[in-house]
Amino acid sequence: MSKKIVISTDLNGDITEFIADERDSLLDALRERIGLTGVKEGCNNGNCGACAVLLDGILVNSCCVMAAEVDGGSVTTVEGIALENELHPVQQAFLNEAALQCGICTPGFLVAAKALLDTNPEPTEEEIRFWLAGNLCRCTGYDKIITAVQEASKSMQKK
Amino acid sequence: MQDVSYYRPSSIKEAIKILSEHGPTAKVLAGGTDVIVQARERTKKITAFVDIKKIPDVMGLGIEGHRGLTIGAATPMYQIYNHSGVQEEYPAIIDSANIIGGKAIQGRASLGGNLCNGSPAADTIPTLIVLEGTANIIGPNGERKIAIEDFCTGPGKTLLQHDEILISLHFKRPAPFSGSRFIRFIPRNEMDIAVVNVASQIQMDGNKIESSRVAIGACAPTPLLLKEISNFIQGKELSQDLLENAAELFNNLITPIEDMRGSPEHRVDLAKTLFKRTMNDAVIRSNGEKVQ
Repeated sequence: MSKKIVISTDLNGDITEFIADERDSLLDALRERIGLTGVKEGCNNGNCGACAVLLDGILVNSCCVMAAEVDGGSVTTVEGIALENELHPVQQAFLNEAALQCGICTPGFLVAAKALLDTNPEPTEEEIRFWLAGNLCRCTGYDKIITAVQEASKSMQKK
Repeated sequence: MQDVSYYRPSSIKEAIKILSEHGPTAKVLAGGTDVIVQARERTKKITAFVDIKKIPDVMGLGIEGHRGLTIGAATPMYQIYNHSGVQEEYPAIIDSANIIGGKAIQGRASLGGNLCNGSPAADTIPTLIVLEGTANIIGPNGERKIAIEDFCTGPGKTLLQHDEILISLHFKRPAPFSGSRFIRFIPRNEMDIAVVNVASQIQMDGNKIESSRVAIGACAPTPLLLKEISNFIQGKELSQDLLENAAELFNNLITPIEDMRGSPEHRVDLAKTLFKRTMNDAVIRSNGEKVQ
């Protein structure tokens, strides 16, 4: 049996302590130990981006991070990107544009799109497509996703 | 996931001690984009991860005047391609770092990891080879340096011993009037494994080729430095005919395998085309101009 370890991390803005298996990936720990099921398991090998989170502010696939690595760090999941009383502009734009079908890939797309707009507030379509290349949508609803990110970019400029 | 223990040493000495005590099933953990997947899918027996990212020597990068560029082995790709000095002086490293996986992989994946994983199709290794990179390694018996073209010995196999750590990669300052370029061919535009990849480096003297280095990936058990090509073009006037003739050497230099990504004939054709394109782009860069 794998050893249990205590991990302390800034999770969506709250210092959180939780117990995990030493062999848990961050994805396993978020879903199974903490109950943050917004983060999705797709391929579980770093290809699909459904498990994307921000680790110390940087976009990563949580299936390719050990839970133990985040001790003392910070993690932002899709549950943590909304503002105080309203959705994040990226979330609102996905709703407005109906940029989702089955929805499994959506949390990863939202986190990745937020990370893009944080570093590049006015991306070109090509830059959006290149940035989101690591997020796969099996319903193939890419056009609406791209449109939603463009809309989010515009609405964030207005604010 | 295999039953792995996790260690986070803060010094090289401590990390080497853990690796020595555990034996070969302890693996260095940098970005984890290969080794965590290998541990989960049980393609390698792994009983311990030694996370080296809290060791300052392996993180970060810097250019020290004439002494060149040093990149910590675990430095993530996004830090490398956002570095203005690397953009300016080592553009082929940007070509490679920018296309390893997607953005979420680039937040973690490192040059050291790509090198130690030893894939024949690795997208950074041909570039590291043509830039005459050196791997700085520390183990129980002290430090040693290996030229990157000698580092890989077979698919997934390298000269690194199980209790050694790749600390950093070093590149000399590029010579005046030199340029470098890396291009890979994949069926889609991003997020795929190379069918063939090629890196070229060239130093010009007017219109004469002073020196060059060419390396190819996905065409042999390891990425290969092709000295025959450099010997053929060195000292000659640059022309498209010269590059065409040099490209014909690929017929006998590589014996790629047949797999779902391509046939041997397709790979040889791609090698010739990528060689000519990377050379022409490297020449453009040797004039201080941008490509594309």
